[in-house]
This record gives sequence, structure tokens and C-alpha cells, in this order.
Amino acid sequence: MEGISDLLHGFSVVLSWTNFFYMLVGIILGVIIGVLPGLGGANGVAILLPLTFSMPPTSAIILLSCIYWGALFGGAITSILFNIPGEPWSVATTFDGHPMAQKGQAGEALTAAFTSSFIGALFAVIVITLAAPLVASFALQFGPAEKFSVFFLAFCSFVGMGKEPPAKTIAAMMLGFALAAVGTDTVTGSLRLTFGSTELLGGFDFLIAVIGLFGIGEILLTMEEGLSFRGKAAAINPTVVWQTWKGLPRYWLTMLRSCLIGCWMGITPAGATPASFMSYGIAKRSSKDGGKFGTGEIEGVIAPETAAHAAGTSALLPMLALGVPGSPTAAVLLGGLLIWGLQPGPLLFVEQKDFVWGLIASMYLGNIVGLAVVLTMVPVFAAILRVPFGIIAPIILVICAIGAYTVHNNSFDVIMMLVFGVVGYFFKKCNYPLAPLVLAIVLGDKAEEAFRQSLLISGGSVSVFWSSGLVGTIMALGLVALFWPAVSNLLGRLFRQRSPA
Amino acid sequence: MSNTPQASGTPGPRQRTVEACVALFVLALGTITIIGSLQAGIGWGEEGPKSGFFPFWVGLIVVLASVVNFVRAVAISPRRLFAEWSQLAEVRKIVVPMAIYVSAVPWLGIYLSSALLIAGFMRWLGRYGWPLTLCISLSLPVLTYVTFERWFLVPLPKGPIEDWLGL
Amino acid sequence: MAMTDFRWRSRVTAMVAALAASLFSPAAWAWEPTRTVEFIVPAGTGGGADQMARMIQGIVAKHGLMKQTMVVVNKAGGAGGEGFLDIKNAKGNPHKLVITLSNLFTTPLATGIPFSWKDMTPVSMMALDEFVLWVNAETPFKSAQEFVAAVKASPDGKFKLGGTGSKQEDQIITVAMQRAIGKKMTYIPYKGGGEVAVQLVGKHIDATVNNPIEAVAQWRAGALRPLCVFDGKPLPIKDKIAGDMSWADIPTCKSQGLDIEYLMLRGIFMPAGVPKDAVDYYVQLMQKVRATPEWAQLMHDGAFNPTFMAGGEYAKWVENEEKRHRELMKEAGFLAN
Repeated sequence: MEGISDLLHGFSVVLSWTNFFYMLVGIILGVIIGVLPGLGGANGVAILLPLTFSMPPTSAIILLSCIYWGALFGGAITSILFNIPGEPWSVATTFDGHPMAQKGQAGEALTAAFTSSFIGALFAVIVITLAAPLVASFALQFGPAEKFSVFFLAFCSFVGMGKEPPAKTIAAMMLGFALAAVGTDTVTGSLRLTFGSTELLGGFDFLIAVIGLFGIGEILLTMEEGLSFRGKAAAINPTVVWQTWKGLPRYWLTMLRSCLIGCWMGITPAGATPASFMSYGIAKRSSKDGGKFGTGEIEGVIAPETAAHAAGTSALLPMLALGVPGSPTAAVLLGGLLIWGLQPGPLLFVEQKDFVWGLIASMYLGNIVGLAVVLTMVPVFAAILRVPFGIIAPIILVICAIGAYTVHNNSFDVIMMLVFGVVGYFFKKCNYPLAPLVLAIVLGDKAEEAFRQSLLISGGSVSVFWSSGLVGTIMALGLVALFWPAVSNLLGRLFRQRSPA
Repeated sequence: MSNTPQASGTPGPRQRTVEACVALFVLALGTITIIGSLQAGIGWGEEGPKSGFFPFWVGLIVVLASVVNFVRAVAISPRRLFAEWSQLAEVRKIVVPMAIYVSAVPWLGIYLSSALLIAGFMRWLGRYGWPLTLCISLSLPVLTYVTFERWFLVPLPKGPIEDWLGL
Repeated sequence: MAMTDFRWRSRVTAMVAALAASLFSPAAWAWEPTRTVEFIVPAGTGGGADQMARMIQGIVAKHGLMKQTMVVVNKAGGAGGEGFLDIKNAKGNPHKLVITLSNLFTTPLATGIPFSWKDMTPVSMMALDEFVLWVNAETPFKSAQEFVAAVKASPDGKFKLGGTGSKQEDQIITVAMQRAIGKKMTYIPYKGGGEVAVQLVGKHIDATVNNPIEAVAQWRAGALRPLCVFDGKPLPIKDKIAGDMSWADIPTCKSQGLDIEYLMLRGIFMPAGVPKDAVDYYVQLMQKVRATPEWAQLMHDGAFNPTFMAGGEYAKWVENEEKRHRELMKEAGFLAN
């Protein structure tokens, strides 16, 4: 029980009024960063990093990690209210969160999102507290082949689920892969699909596509149906938090499953965005109400949010224990550690006990503070929907444009955002699914990179993907996930045939 | 948005026309991908696939799927409407200003363009009075400036006005 | 006579002023930034160049070295080409800086993206980053000689070397090693230096040429072992890092029979066509940055080679380095078309 006493010591390090103040500031800044698309947690942390030089490392990392928590919470807000994911990992939250807002249940959706984020993070922190060294050595086993298998698993558990025609799903998904391939090929370092254009050097960023396809596309659809939001604005209800909470325990299984998926994806490290998609996909398949997903099911908000936050939190563990950042934000925090003269790595837990356990303690406290802050704001956020469309629509457009610009500081991206918006409008009207497209953009590049690295290591032999136990198992799981609908259908039929006999 | 009202008397473009166009558009993207991949090399070298290998097959699948989508689109009943012309006119009301806006950003900077977009939108589409319009269209860029440039130190595109102000 | 006297006096005044300006804070008439200075990083967040840029930003802010703010902007697209093109297109703008890594030379050669250091004004060299040959501590190789012998004795391509990026510094060193050893090795490109180090700890690859700061944590933890440093002389830092070993105890690769020297530029450039006063201002600013204890700490922790250069000397160095890279890249067959 050394971990527990270390943790208590950590709390004693963290619990001071100054640190509590930094926590509050961090959470609020983080929520703002999370709400503004394009300005990600990584930006926020990176930008404030230099300002924290004059603080003691423990306070500084508390401030910065709280910005991170805030951003994780905040990403859900615009996803639910306007169908604009503030952060990549809240894309899956739009699938059911925005329909809920359209039905007038924005408060419920926000409460569910924040609460499940909190649960996901809490779960991940407990994992970190109890199993840090074990988890770190597990993460070491992940070479390129293992990473590819994780991406494969994430992808398989999400695809093949829509009601859309298969040819359209395939076209949309493959288009996503094609978009992901544009720019510099990381394995050979040469350019491809840029056709000599300097604008395309950086490729198509996932966030630009998402802001356009979802955010702008949604506004265009709204315009088509008249100048108003499609849903009626919810009445402001201060007790919405309590009422939603009463219904949440029913989904404990979804939450637990999403926590596990999130931790797994955060540590391996595939990241929060694939985790949220994977979790949504699995929840949809295993839920009784799976058919209603996409129309405003609260379970479809809980699953991705829990997983995203669990992944985002557990991604900090490889960063601390190995010096490998599990997310871009973690990468910036890592830079911060180095600047403060702390070397992340196996010895950090031994040499910098105060710091590490202070950070872990701040994860607990930061999340509790964060939850309290965002929950009190729920009625306020929900009230934004009452602003007339004629005012809020141009503001959203401007915020989207700024978001698209800040992703790569590139004006061309703003133009691409509008193109994606128009494409999104037509795709939606023609029943092309957008989710596989954006998932392909997220995973395409990384998956291809891992695939080709594996082949370099194996000398071109594809057998590397089933040679070792770990890779083989994950790949097999992926195949099961891919064919699960068919398998369950078959099993169901067999079962039905037998039962009357 | 090339859909302009026609004298044919139909209340709007047909679903099948639009779907066929979308299928052709996707097909074109797939073809571009294939061409780009061929330039990059699509072979499977001794150390795994070359940089055009994956995009090539991906592009090929896009093309094949689009052919299927095109054939299915043509089979859609001609009676189904994509949207009414009046609805598309509403959509155009936002796409055209947005197009002007995004092309103005590199020249005018994001602050001035945003103020103009919001003002134009509120005044002509929302039919709000000038006081409210000006208040919101001017305060949002200022707020953005303070948040991004001063607070988070993220520079946004600027134009002649900002140069003149020395910001 | 009065005229000459006046001229002479004004010249003395100017000299005194220039001296004062170089010693103390810039005098009122010297050039100073009048708006926010953009510091472009032609790489993603979290990498070595990004860290150094943010460190400089932090030092400038903390010590109040500049009246205007400095912001760091990442433009990583096209192996950094995006960032360099931005500087190229900002001709005459004295409010933009860029920090370089070796992609200043390698990206235009490997991708054909049209820019070169000649499109920019050299400001100063901040440091040179060292490269060290690392192996997993559980492998039997105790010295670079043993490692080289093992590579020689094994079939082509059996040894796998991981590094950051493709056709960049790490791969250039790998190719140079292949040339020196006479055996092919497989090069695996990864996104970042930290990831490379951990892949080596996890034994997915056999060796790396990580920068000191990327691998030092794993070395201290006893997971990695440094074999030799790709510099002309051993590193100067004598603090014990792992067991009895310090950076200074790592032999040079040359002494181990691997005659390869490679150092990576961490330098500052600005757009072409800027006033000379502005360049001088930033040279002084960077000198002040280098005088801070935070900078000294970074140089020490990362075992950097803290060489400083500016002006003609720096430009000359860059020119030579570009030539060298062109040759290295050509030999390796990395040139675009």
C-alpha cells in the first residue's frame, strides 16, 4: 500500500490555497480553449508554458494539467450545442449529443457528457495510482506492429454499423483515407498528392474537415429549413443536473466498458479520439437501443465522453513513466517538464516523488473542481441556444473560421473549411455517412505509418501482424469486431431455430 | 451553388440529379488520388509499400464505389426532390457571403472581414436594427483580438487596418 | 575646421553610443520591435526545436528582455517547408523569426519545396545539438567497436536503426554509418525522438542516434547505453549521469573507428530584406537569452554544444553546412528527382 501513502503525501503537497486557485484558473482557461475549435489543449498548454517558468514546478504542472482537464470537459459543449466539435475527441459526442440538443435536451446531454468525462478520468487516475509501473512496462511492448493492430481494432469496432448504403459508406471512408494521405509521407519523407501546391504541404487536417463537415454543414442544413435552430430551445431548468444524474446509474456497464477502452487506447498510445469512436461503436452494437443511436440517445453521449476522458488522462502515464507523450498536449507538457529540469522517464517516480504524486493528487482534485465548475455552468450553456439564429449563426461561422485558421495558422484552411462545409451539406442530404470519413482522416495517416514501419522491421513480410501473441490477439479481436454484426446475426438465427424445438 | 431557378416549372432539383453529381464529384476525387499516387509510385518495394501504394488502392475503391453510387442514383425515382428552389436560395444566402468572407480573410485580415460578415448577416438576413448589429459585429472581433492575440498569444491574419493601427 | 571637428565628435558620439548599445539595453534610437514578434517553428509541438523556441520565449518573457511579446507559431507541414516558405514570403518583415533544425537543408533537397537559407537573413547560432549512438543496455555491446563488428558479421539489413523523420539528420547519419561499416542497416522513421528512445527500450529496434536530451532519461534509468558521440571531441560535461559515467566519458565515434561527425544547427533566421538594425537587435537579444541561468541549465541538461555565432561568420558556417548536406544527401540518394 505504498501507493496510497504516497498519494496522501501528494495531497498534502497539493492542498494549498494558491494551488487551488491555480486549479480554478486552469479549469476555466481550459474550458475556454476546449470551446474554441482549433485552439486545442496543446495550444493552451504550449502558450501558457512560458508563463509558468516563475512558478514552482508543482504549481505549474497543476495549472497546466488543469487546463488539460478543462479542455477535455469543454470540447463537449459546442459539440452538443452546435454540432461543432471543439476538440477532436468530441466528434463522437456530436452523434447523439447534438440531436439531444435539437430535441430540447441540451442540459441533459451536457450533464451526461460532463459527468461521464469525470468518471472516465477518475477511473484512469485510479489505474495510474495503482498500476503505474505495470502499465508502463506494458506500454513498452508496443512497437509499430502492435500499434497498427490497435488502430485496426479501433477502426473495426466502429465501421460497418450505419444504416447508409454500403457503397456510400465505403466511398466516404476511402475518401477519408485519401484525404489523410495528402501531404508529406512520413515514412519516405517525400511529398505525395500535393500536385506541386504549397498549400497542400500540410495535408488536410482532421479538425478542418470536422469543423466544415459538421459545423458549417449543420448551419447550411438549418438554413435550408428556415432561419431557426431545428430544435426548440430548452427551458432553463436549474435542476436538470440532478434529474439527469438519477438516470445515469443505469448505464454503469457502458461506462465501465468505455473506461476500459479509454485506458487501453490512452496507454497503447492511440489517443483519445480513436478511443471515443471505438467506444461509441461498441456501445451502439451492444446496447438494446443500438438502433436509436444517432437520434439523441443519452448512452451515445456517455460512451464516447467516458472513453475520451479516460484515454486523455491515462495518456499522461506513458509521458511521465517513459517520456513518450500519448497525445499532442502530453507532448507539450513533456517539454515543460524538461524546461523545469525534470526528466520524465522511469526515474521520475523515484527521484521526484513530490512532483509525481502531487500531479496525481491534482488529477483527482482537478477533475472534481472541473466537474463542479462545468456543471454549475450547464444552464448557462443551454441558454445559449435561446439566442436567435440571426445573431448566433454568423458568430458561429466566425468562430469556425478562426478555429480553422488556428489549427495550422493557414488562411487556406479557412477556404477548405467552407469547401468541406458545402461537401458536408450535400453528403448529408445524399445519405453519405460522415463519421467513417472523419475517423479515416484521424486514423489513416497513423495506421499507414505504423503498417509501413512494421514492414520495414519485418523486411517486407506481412506475417509480422500475427507473429507475436500480442499483435495476433489484437488483430483477431479486430476481425471479430469487424464481423460481429454478421456473427451475432448468425448466432441469433441459430438460437431462434433451436429454442422452439 | 450552381442551382439557379429554372423556368422548367419544377419546384426544385431532383434527388437523382444531385446524387449523380455527388457520385461523379467523389469519382473525380478518386481519380485525382489515383493520378497522384501513380506519380508517387504505387509499387511494393522490398521494404514494404511505396508512398503511393495505399492512396492508389484507396482511390481505386473510391472510383468503384462511386460507379455503384452513380448507377443507384440514376435509378432513384425522378419524382423525389432534393430540395425546393426557395430552400436552396436560403442556403445560398449563407454560402455566398461565406465564400466572399473566406476569400477576403487573407487580404483584409480576419477581424475586419468578421465584423463585415456579422454585420451583413444580422442586418440583411436577421433584419436587426443598426445599434444591435454594430454592437455585436464590432465587439466580437475586439473580444477575439483580446482572447487570441493578447491572452493566448495566437496571431490571427491581419490586414491593412491592423497595419495602420500598428497592432 | 569646425566642420571636421563636428564630424569627428559626432563619430565619437556614434561609436560610444554603439558601444553602449552593445553593452547595455538598446538605446532609444536603435531599432526595436513595434509589434508582436512571431517566432516560427518549422516542426510540430513538443519536438526539440519547439522546446527550444518556447524556452527562448519563456526566458524573454520572464526576464523582460523585449517590450513586445513573442509568440511561438508551429508550421510543420511538408517537413517544415511550410514554416520556411512563410519566412520566405515575409520579405522585409522584421517581426518574424524562425528557429531551424537540419530540415533547413534537408527539406528542400528531399522534397523539392523551393526555399533555401539564402531566402532568409541569418541572425545567430544558438547551439549545436549532439548525436550519440545508443543501444539497449541489455545488449552485449559495450563499445562502438563491438557494435560495428556485430553489424559487419550479420547479413545486410538485419540491424534496425530508428530515428526521427525520413531523409533527415538521423537517416543521414545512418547512411554515413552504413558507408563506414560497409553493411546495410534498416532505417525505421518515427515521429519524435522520445518515441525512438522508447522503441529502443522496448527492443523493437537495435540502435538509435538520438540527441542526448531525447535519451538521457532512459540512460539514467539504466535502460539504454551510449556507445559513442558523433563529434570531433568528447562532450565537456563531467557530471555523473548513470553509474560512474558522465557525458564526457562517451568516446567519440571517430576514436572507435566510425569516422563520422555530425552536429545539428539550432539557429535563428529572419526574413530577407530586413534592416540591419533589426538583425543587430535580435543578435543582442539572443545574447542576452544565452546569458540567463535557464539557458545554461538547458545547455547542460541536453549536453548541447553551446557555440554562438552571428553575422558573416554564421552565414559562412551555414553555407558550408548546406554544401555538406547537399553532398551527404546526394551520396545517400535522398535528392528529389
